[in-house]
Amino acid sequence: MAGTAGKALNLKLKVWRQAGPDKEGRFVEYEARNISSDASFLEMLDVINVDLVKSGQEPIEFDHDCREGICGSCSMVINGSPHGPDRGTATCQLHMRRFRDGETIVIEPFRAKAFPIVKDLAVDRSAFDRIMQVGGFISVNTGNAPDANSLPVPKENADMAFAAATCIGCGACVAACKNASASLFVSAKLAHLALLPQGQAEREQRTLSMVAQMDEEGFGACTNTGACSAACPKEIDLENIARMNRDYFKASLRERSEKS
Amino acid sequence: MSVKLDANIPEGPIEQKWDKHRFSMKLVNPANKRKYQVIVVGTGLAGASASASLAELGYNVKTFCIHDSPRRAHSIAAQGGINAAKNYPNDGDSIYRLFYDTVKGGDFRAREANVYRLAQISNLIIDQCVAQGVPFAREYGGLLDNRSFGGAQVSRTFYARGQTGQQLLLGAYSAMMRQVGLGKVKLFPRREMLDLVLVDGKARGITVRNLTTGEIESHAADAVVLATGGYGNVYFLSTNAMKSNVTAAWRCHKKGAFFANPCFTQIHPTCIPRSGDYQSKLTLMSESLRNDGRVWVPKNKGDARPPQQIPEEDRDYYLERVYPSFGNLVPRDVASRQAKFRVDEGRGVGPTEEAVYLDFGDSIRRLGQKAIEAKYGNLFQMYEKITGENPYEVPMRIFPAVHYTMGGLWVDYNLQSSVPGLHVLGEANFSDHGANRLGASALMQGLADGYFIIPYTLGNYLAGQDLVKVDESHQAFKDSQQEVRAKTDKFFSIQGSKSVDEFHRELGQLMWNFVGMSRNAHGLEEVQNRIAGVREEFWQNLKMTGQRDYRNDELEKAGRVADFLEMGELMAKDALERRESCGGHFREEYQTPENEALRDDDKFCHVAAYEYQSQDSHKMAWQRHQEELSFEYVKLTTRSYK
Ligand SMILES: Cc1cc2nc3c(=O)[nH]c(=O)nc-3n(C[C@H](O)[C@H](O)[C@H](O)COP(=O)(O)OP(=O)(O)OC[C@H]3O[C@@H](n4cnc5c(N)ncnc54)[C@H](O)[C@@H]3O)c2cc1C
Ligand code: SF4
Ligand code: FES
Repeated sequence: MAGTAGKALNLKLKVWRQAGPDKEGRFVEYEARNISSDASFLEMLDVINVDLVKSGQEPIEFDHDCREGICGSCSMVINGSPHGPDRGTATCQLHMRRFRDGETIVIEPFRAKAFPIVKDLAVDRSAFDRIMQVGGFISVNTGNAPDANSLPVPKENADMAFAAATCIGCGACVAACKNASASLFVSAKLAHLALLPQGQAEREQRTLSMVAQMDEEGFGACTNTGACSAACPKEIDLENIARMNRDYFKASLRERSEKS
Repeated sequence: MSVKLDANIPEGPIEQKWDKHRFSMKLVNPANKRKYQVIVVGTGLAGASASASLAELGYNVKTFCIHDSPRRAHSIAAQGGINAAKNYPNDGDSIYRLFYDTVKGGDFRAREANVYRLAQISNLIIDQCVAQGVPFAREYGGLLDNRSFGGAQVSRTFYARGQTGQQLLLGAYSAMMRQVGLGKVKLFPRREMLDLVLVDGKARGITVRNLTTGEIESHAADAVVLATGGYGNVYFLSTNAMKSNVTAAWRCHKKGAFFANPCFTQIHPTCIPRSGDYQSKLTLMSESLRNDGRVWVPKNKGDARPPQQIPEEDRDYYLERVYPSFGNLVPRDVASRQAKFRVDEGRGVGPTEEAVYLDFGDSIRRLGQKAIEAKYGNLFQMYEKITGENPYEVPMRIFPAVHYTMGGLWVDYNLQSSVPGLHVLGEANFSDHGANRLGASALMQGLADGYFIIPYTLGNYLAGQDLVKVDESHQAFKDSQQEVRAKTDKFFSIQGSKSVDEFHRELGQLMWNFVGMSRNAHGLEEVQNRIAGVREEFWQNLKMTGQRDYRNDELEKAGRVADFLEMGELMAKDALERRESCGGHFREEYQTPENEALRDDDKFCHVAAYEYQSQDSHKMAWQRHQEELSFEYVKLTTRSYK
């Protein structure tokens, strides 16, 4: 079926509209008519927005940029699932062929205390950057590096580190968690660096600092239900959380024994 | 009057220029660096690496980006890889060869000295990134793996599956966030630069809009570093992210920074074809796919059979046929043009007949599906999500799309623009790729500029200046805010009936048809008037909604499209004046009998740099300047990939 042209769909949307963080929000219904099944979900919203603008109304605001599942900007809960129904897919990669003609689609922002709503479907995820700035790095100034091949890394570790490093920082894990925990995000960063020889020197301090900042930002506790990994567009592994907990335990024991 | 552009290229043999220059540049002593304030606009590879490195040296850095997090800059989307002359595979690579390939790939329209420096620095970048923990692909022995890219016969591309840009950017972002934690970088996300502020003719600050609160802010500094990316979105449909724009660079242009080679744009051969009118952007399928995929179209016009049913003898592997020595790995401009020729001949495939096949059948049979999956898994998945087709079974359909802009603000060897104190890095400058960029060279250039060049050259600038103290209360900042506010007011006062996107699509269509893969004098003349027409309508018939003093995506877009509507005209003008074909700039009047680009080295072996002059009502005027290029090391020859 080399590229059948898309079918036309008519849909009903219930979209969360909220003018600002302290304003009251509500669902507003829209008709989406004649949407091609080959269009992406965000292109469907673009079509609605052009109509809204032309009729003098404010368009539905949402974060987006790359539209290819890599920048981590897009962030919506679609029919109850962060990033919608498909596994391993960011909102921007979702296509309308996934929906049935006549269906009602409910669209909400990611909801979490640490992610205040900015406007409509856009939320403030700067808490993630603040977690990164306390330890999500290897301290090496520009110009201090040895030859890249002077430090072989077993392929298996390199591959696991890469898998953890593919996190796009979208926050769907937080939105999916009933406690709004950021454990999957934080553990993915920690695992990426902990799996590499370069990351060892600061491993314990990094774990302690990032976990402490995560708590400070108001993210909830992890109870290991795994909703995060199921919603994650990059299918980041839950194993990373177990690794973070082990490292945290070890590091805090040492910290305590050093203090006493 | 035409000014002579001095590129400030150091004297001496090419392999010693940069080392000698580093020695002769003035230094700012460590205690004094603390006294300087530097502004960096942009947090892609170029801006993030510059912010981190400058802060490590001790400068106080203020860093701005339009995204909610600096990690979301467009660099994050780069897929295929980054070049370096490490010669790890021992296949004959060297700094000189990378230099040679890049000059030739750029069709002899780049500065030799810059390109040589880039090749020298390339190896340091890989070292730096590995030390930061960037998880490049490795071989079973634990050492780094390489692959090949277009325009090269050696394997020199380092990669992290299909997410190289993401991993490199996260490395640079982490290094920068470390400095944020240490208080040396102050981060201003969700800020759009809307003006450059000059005091005594020098860049001393910027005016930005806080994209969340709507507030207009002033920020003063001793120097401004611009790293705001490319302008491919002037075509509306491109592989660039939705918010990529020319606004910051354009506002600097209107404040005196020359714009160089605006017509040099890159059309990437392997993108997913567009599917309908609602299309908002195009998705690239990394060029690395051409390592294992074979490009073909049916031999016969109108062959409507599904690709799997077209037997070998009825397929035309046209790149292998026309270019036997480079085959599927010819440079991008050549591959794109060939695809266009096939479509123009009526041999395009797919529902729109505007596509060619990229077929992995042979490689899957030879190497197994697992091996292909390991190399390109995420790209295949991305393709399937967008098209609903499984590329392991059905060949991909691909078509060229606008991807990269070689043109940009003119800079000298020190990356300083024609405005003192304004330095430009990454895709926003014009410097190293000539008329065509080779794959995996943009990431290299962005990081070379940010990690290894600007930390030296900015010090040299600052140490040589006697800067008066300037803060945000200076009249120049007030005037600039006034100007920015007036423009915003204008958007709201028009009260027309067309949305920003509609104007943008209209402009994009004109650009693609007339200033796209092939251009001619008649079309380029006509399109300048038509762009001016769209611009005029824009200012009379734009519909703006929402608030001025809070987040407003329509307002953001309006500002960007207003600038694209001016930029587009300059691109057409430059394309018209460059009466030759070179690299990505293909003028139908100037081609060889085999349809290859025909350069005119006597008349056009130069960089064209435009000085903005005036705008009276709707007519715009520029003065064209030339920087002559000389080729002492790589002999001017006709590029051949046969
Ligand atoms: C899909 C795709 C794949 C690619 N793959 C490769 C590859 O494999 N290898 C390769 O070498 N190159 C590749 N490229 C090219 C390469 O990614 C880019 O050229 C490069 O990343 C540009 O980096 P930059 O730092 O100059 O700008 P960008 O990454 O574009 O960053 C621009 C920054 O400026 C900010 N900004 C923009 N405007 C403003 C404003 N007005 N005010 C304030 N801030 C602003 C943005 O927020 C952002 O932080 C690819 C490009 C695309 C589109
Ligand atoms: S772990 Fe997954 S869901 Fe969470 S931020 Fe990273 S990519 Fe998004
Ligand atoms: S828009 Fe970039 S991940 Fe969805």
